Amino acid sequence: MKWSRAALAMVIAVPVIALLVRSMGNDPRIIRSTLVGRDAPPFELAVLESEVLQMQEGDTIRLSDYLGEVVVLNFWASWCGPCRIEHPALTAVADAYRARGVRFLGVLYQDQPESARRWLDQLGEVYPTVLDPASRVAIEYGVAGIPETYFIARDGRVAHKYFGPLSVDTLVTHLDALLAEPAPAAESMVGNP
Amino acid sequence: MIRASGRWLRRSPRSAPGALAILAALLMIASPVNAQAQAPEVVLDSVQEEQARALASELRCPVCQGMSIEDSPTELAVQMKNIIREQLAAGRSPDEVRQYFVDRYGQWVLLKPEASGFNLIVYVLPWAVLLGGGAVIVVGVRRWTRSAGGDDQPAASTPSGQ
Repeated sequence: MKWSRAALAMVIAVPVIALLVRSMGNDPRIIRSTLVGRDAPPFELAVLESEVLQMQEGDTIRLSDYLGEVVVLNFWASWCGPCRIEHPALTAVADAYRARGVRFLGVLYQDQPESARRWLDQLGEVYPTVLDPASRVAIEYGVAGIPETYFIARDGRVAHKYFGPLSVDTLVTHLDALLAEPAPAAESMVGNP
Repeated sequence: MIRASGRWLRRSPRSAPGALAILAALLMIASPVNAQAQAPEVVLDSVQEEQARALASELRCPVCQGMSIEDSPTELAVQMKNIIREQLAAGRSPDEVRQYFVDRYGQWVLLKPEASGFNLIVYVLPWAVLLGGGAVIVVGVRRWTRSAGGDDQPAASTPSGQ
């Protein structure tokens, strides 16, 4: 009687505990996006005008312009508090890793360009931001809230998706890992328009 | 300081349509209310309208708490509904449109998860618990009535009796 009860309790408790332990081991900010491992959705978007970066109205940036380089794609907005927290880390690492072939690109998410301009003037700007009217690119990437950051490998595939404010340590860890990967063969990079 | 190198910065050759497009985009961003009002430009027949509504009710609004994009007034939900309408108008089936969002947001975007694999737990577990609970009650009541009848030995009659 006692043993059968204990066995029943184990049958119920063990899977529940196992599930909890497994989930607790995961970093909740590393989201297993369906995009990870697939080619990053291509886009061509107008830039946010910038005197510092010498970008004017009508300039556009295509993701494919960065093919062969590691890309950090950061969705942000001036109304987003955590974006303000991670901004110093993003700019510092963008500066430090530029020479190693890492490109940072901001995508403005549901924000007014004028507000974004003022925000960047105040906090500093070392890499370009593109405008995403109607959130089409955000939806293509499955953005569910910001800040959200996508690490794109040199072969154009999404390597990681990160939700929440990034730290220098997290950025450096992901970037070092991606830079350590062997450079893709030229023919494997043709498919991404 | 970063320099805009020509390799990755591209200037639009046709500046007039480009400028118009940007102006339109700015206007849409600047006034979300207008953007919402202008949204349903896509004309659908009555069947497609119903399909669009059904799909929107099935899809989770990514920036809300447990709400479908049909019920959500957020800008992202409005844009997602526009995409549904555009794709239906372009001849895609509801399944294809649903898959478009699952490919980007994962199964999470479906308010009702598909009954396969790990998700089966959601469908099977409540019934299993219900049946298990029912069995426990039946067994318990039988024992109780038996003991109340006084057929069994008193020592083994009460559930707490060892």
